[in-house]
Amino acid sequence: MGVLNIDTSLYKTRISGKFSNRKPYKAPDPHSVQSFIPGTVLEILVYTGQNVRKGDDLMILDAMKMQNLLKCPMDGKVKKILVKKGDKVTKGMVLLELEWLKESLHK
Amino acid sequence: MAISKKIKELQERREKLLLGGGEQAIEKQKALGKRTARERIMALLDEGSFNEYDLFVEHDARDFDMYKKSLPSDGVLIGSGTIYGAPVAIFAQDFTVAGGSLGLMHSRKITKIMDHALKMRIPLIGINDSGGARIQEGVNSLAGYGEIFFRNTLSSGVIPQISVILGPCAGGAVYSPALTDFVFVVDNISKMFITGPEVIKTVLGEEISMEDLGGAKVHSEITGNAHFFASSEDECFEQIKKLITFIPWHNGQKARMFEPAEPNPDFSIEKIVPDDPTLPYDVKNVIRAVVDNSDFFEIMEHYARNMVIGFGRMGGRTTGFVANQPLEMAGVLDVDSSDKAARFIRYCDAFNIPIITFVDVPGYLPGADQEHAGVIRHGAKVLYAYSEASVPKITVILRKAYGGGYIAMSSRHLRADFVFAWPSAEIAVMGPEGAANIIFRKEIMSSDDPDGTRKKKVEEYKEKFANPYVAASRGYVDAVIEPSETRKFLMHSITVSENKVIQMPEKKHGLPPF
Repeated sequence: MGVLNIDTSLYKTRISGKFSNRKPYKAPDPHSVQSFIPGTVLEILVYTGQNVRKGDDLMILDAMKMQNLLKCPMDGKVKKILVKKGDKVTKGMVLLELEWLKESLHK
Repeated sequence: MAISKKIKELQERREKLLLGGGEQAIEKQKALGKRTARERIMALLDEGSFNEYDLFVEHDARDFDMYKKSLPSDGVLIGSGTIYGAPVAIFAQDFTVAGGSLGLMHSRKITKIMDHALKMRIPLIGINDSGGARIQEGVNSLAGYGEIFFRNTLSSGVIPQISVILGPCAGGAVYSPALTDFVFVVDNISKMFITGPEVIKTVLGEEISMEDLGGAKVHSEITGNAHFFASSEDECFEQIKKLITFIPWHNGQKARMFEPAEPNPDFSIEKIVPDDPTLPYDVKNVIRAVVDNSDFFEIMEHYARNMVIGFGRMGGRTTGFVANQPLEMAGVLDVDSSDKAARFIRYCDAFNIPIITFVDVPGYLPGADQEHAGVIRHGAKVLYAYSEASVPKITVILRKAYGGGYIAMSSRHLRADFVFAWPSAEIAVMGPEGAANIIFRKEIMSSDDPDGTRKKKVEEYKEKFANPYVAASRGYVDAVIEPSETRKFLMHSITVSENKVIQMPEKKHGLPPF
């Protein structure tokens, strides 16, 4: 038995597994670039330390019979690449870490 | 009293009410980057076309000292007018009056204009900007919401219903927009949720901003509750006006005809789809290459982008387009894209709009998350919607049409009226790699060079089956056409299906897999 708060009233009740196992909300972090599709890393188009701009192509993921482009979510610098060519990746897996770059460096 | 005096009295009474909640409240509204309810109606409707009703309505609440308070027009404006000459019924909640809160008389004004719209068979536009139920009016305000939801449902599929969220729309109030056909949101202004950030914090201890919880971007990209996203109220009104030009006034007629116009030749259709079936391209350019003026009006642009839906005109006639988008998620079918397409197909069917489907689909997205999110149930919606639709259905297979995706995307078997395929089409039970691995399993396994044999077998399979001619030999494809012939075939198909009649078994209603 658990307690559920609805409109500031507390109710004694059974709690579903789906509710108690839910993940708390986390704001999306553009610094860690995740795979949007399950597939294989076909090509890595950037190197560690490279300056990148929002919208740049970072990798090609081979999935669903298609070469899918992974786009850069923010301006910055490639901090770490966590996969290599040929790796199988799942959806939501972090593939690459970016770090924010002072704007002056881009100019 | 002389008549001139009486007219003057009317003018004075009106004058007072035109200010809604008063200058201070209006200033507050403007500080939030929002227009007043009246300004919004004026901006949306043809100049001078707004006829207002129920300006003098007042609330009749007694409890909690409410009898001492006057709420001008009870916080909502109603009336009718025209958009590009088309008649529309409209209501706009006035946030400057008691936060646009919904009490009994407020809801009666809304239901009055809803009844009017349904009776007169004209589109209904609702501008939502309200803090929610007027708590002082208790169950009466709940009754008000219920009466609105009931009418939304009654009018559904009879007249177009458009919801514009230009402020908060929280709690039960969100269900009226959810029951309507199209929801418009504006960045930084629209907020929709059932329970707000404060409640979430108290109950669950989770911190989330109003924007991240139910802002315009969230509903356009994540939830799919909104169909049109704009950066400003002005842009939003332009979108609504454009939509009105594409849809009929009610389900008993077709959309207005426009002057036919050729597409822009810059979209050279034979150059859009790459030779290599694994390379992506933007399917919207295929649509632009065939529609009048290359003018494609996309709906739900930011949600489930692997499926593209929207309106265009073919020879002046409004046409709905559904297309897989290889540029996003390889154009797969999944929970969200199925839901998006199915609802749009049903919209087109309800309002006599023919549907053209462009197919380039590798199949369904694999994954436990998809299976657990109910891809079976949601995917079935597409089959249901296409099968049920009695409007003209025309299909063009551009490239891949594999497995369940082939069936679902308006195939002959779901009674597409015309099915065309480009020479680049690959219509087969599954992709060559997968198919070869299964069919030639023994040969590959027992080979001295399994990889080499596999490659050879895949090539063999590609050669024999990854083309449009097997399907064409069975009559599942009516014609294999050159890309440059696409518009010609589509225009002709639309023309000959103008008076399409089909018989469906009689029923009270079907049971789509909601």
